[in-house]
Amino acid sequence: MGQGAQIEVIDAILYGTKRFFEGVQDLAVFSVRMLAAVFRRPHYWRDIYEQTYFAGVGSLPVVLVSSFFAGQALALQFARQLRETGSESVLGTMMAIAVVRALGPDLTGMVVAARLASGYTAEIGSMKSTDQIDALTAFGTDPVSKLAAPRLIGIVIMLPLLTFIANTVQFLGGALMARFVAHVSLSLYWTQIREEMVFGTVLIGTVKPLTFAFIMAFVACWKGFASSGGTRGVGQATTESVVIASVLILIFDFILTRVIFALLHW
Amino acid sequence: MSAAPAGLRSSGDVIVFDRVSYSIGGRPILENVSFTVSAGTTKVVMGPSGIGKSTILRLILGLIRPQSGDVIVLGRSIVKAAAGGRDEIRRKIGMVFQNGALFDSLTVGENVGYSLIEHGHIPIDEVEERVRTMLKRVGLDPDVLLDRLPDELSIGMQRRVAIARALASNDPQIMLYDEPTTGLDPVSVEMITDIIVRLRQELHVSSIVVTHEIPHALKVGNRFLFLYDRRVAFEGSASELAESNVPDLVRFLAPFKISLAQAFHSFGEGNGT
Repeated sequence: MGQGAQIEVIDAILYGTKRFFEGVQDLAVFSVRMLAAVFRRPHYWRDIYEQTYFAGVGSLPVVLVSSFFAGQALALQFARQLRETGSESVLGTMMAIAVVRALGPDLTGMVVAARLASGYTAEIGSMKSTDQIDALTAFGTDPVSKLAAPRLIGIVIMLPLLTFIANTVQFLGGALMARFVAHVSLSLYWTQIREEMVFGTVLIGTVKPLTFAFIMAFVACWKGFASSGGTRGVGQATTESVVIASVLILIFDFILTRVIFALLHW
Repeated sequence: MSAAPAGLRSSGDVIVFDRVSYSIGGRPILENVSFTVSAGTTKVVMGPSGIGKSTILRLILGLIRPQSGDVIVLGRSIVKAAAGGRDEIRRKIGMVFQNGALFDSLTVGENVGYSLIEHGHIPIDEVEERVRTMLKRVGLDPDVLLDRLPDELSIGMQRRVAIARALASNDPQIMLYDEPTTGLDPVSVEMITDIIVRLRQELHVSSIVVTHEIPHALKVGNRFLFLYDRRVAFEGSASELAESNVPDLVRFLAPFKISLAQAFHSFGEGNGT
């Protein structure tokens, strides 16, 4: 590689690094603005209701379907492995740990991120490209309070609830496999699940969806407000929004698990 | 509030642009731009596309901040005002954005009544009555349109709803129009033009109309400003516009030669030439 090419590569790396840190800074500043808007008057109750409904009821069908099949697939995998050591009887325990601590929050987070992060960014981005956000400002309305804060509230309320429903449906899917594939007694299966609902497991299962909800709302609204360049720009911002939210969800999934394990001395 | 240069500002000026420079990412858009808008007049800002005409309106609304200079609206600097002060000034301004910028998730009635509901200027039961009045003022039938969504309307109707929304806000003292006739059919252009002229005559609203459509500009304006190369290349009345020999302005007006002659003949004398 010639010296000129090396300089180009270094320039590209420096430019990419600079853009990355600028992006992190912008996201952090915007997140603080969103949080402040949640606690500042006026509160747009109609928008909060609509966004909560959209996040919760709107996401329910896709969460139910994906969770039912994911629960069955997971139980099937466990049943197959446990049969080799004659340990099918612990299927309920394995399901409880895997679903509540990992699969439930992660699957729900990813499915809801695909739906809501893209929706939020596209809607806010198209409002920006058609001057509707400037129009709000011209009428004395803070666009962050009007558009971003209700979405944050809606998803923070609904994602933990959706995750709870998703966990239950995954257990039901698993119960089918326990009964008809692993031939485990259903009363044993449900007893093991109930016994595994200890503080640490419930803590992980609660903290994760809450964190994922903040990540989704921050990233999606920030990308919407920061979009530029008309229809193409909105499309690009929407794609980036889903990708960034999904990657951050997976990164924070690991970090949260590690931190909570450390706190509980597990 | 900073004082504008002597001679630029008089007690009758509702807008003072004082040596304003604005750039985006280091690229200069406006350099040292100064002008005033007197009470009850309509100033038309002309110039080629992308020259910074709409930027002037955004600076007046305080949506963006200049790198240097000041923008004084109704005696107060919108550049130096705090957020609350900026909102107070904005409430006295009606803005008609390019393409209307109607809130697409709200009905026509909710759009026109948005500011009234948002700021609670009047009791909620009077909002509909006010909305109906504003729609009638711009020649639209409220019984037919009140519950329709913006994308169910023609572009011309959307622009008129946008004007009604700007008017409904709080009896604005200043109206800003960003390319109000762009992309419209001739009948709609005529309607919008008539509305702008009528609002000035009936309500004595001071206005800035940004446009690059010269025949329309001549009908609505009584003062004209031509932006070129980031600066004010011309400012004056319609007759001064017609007689100007500023090369860039002459070149800009050349394609409109016939329309200009017709427009001057029909409207020139009535518009302060």
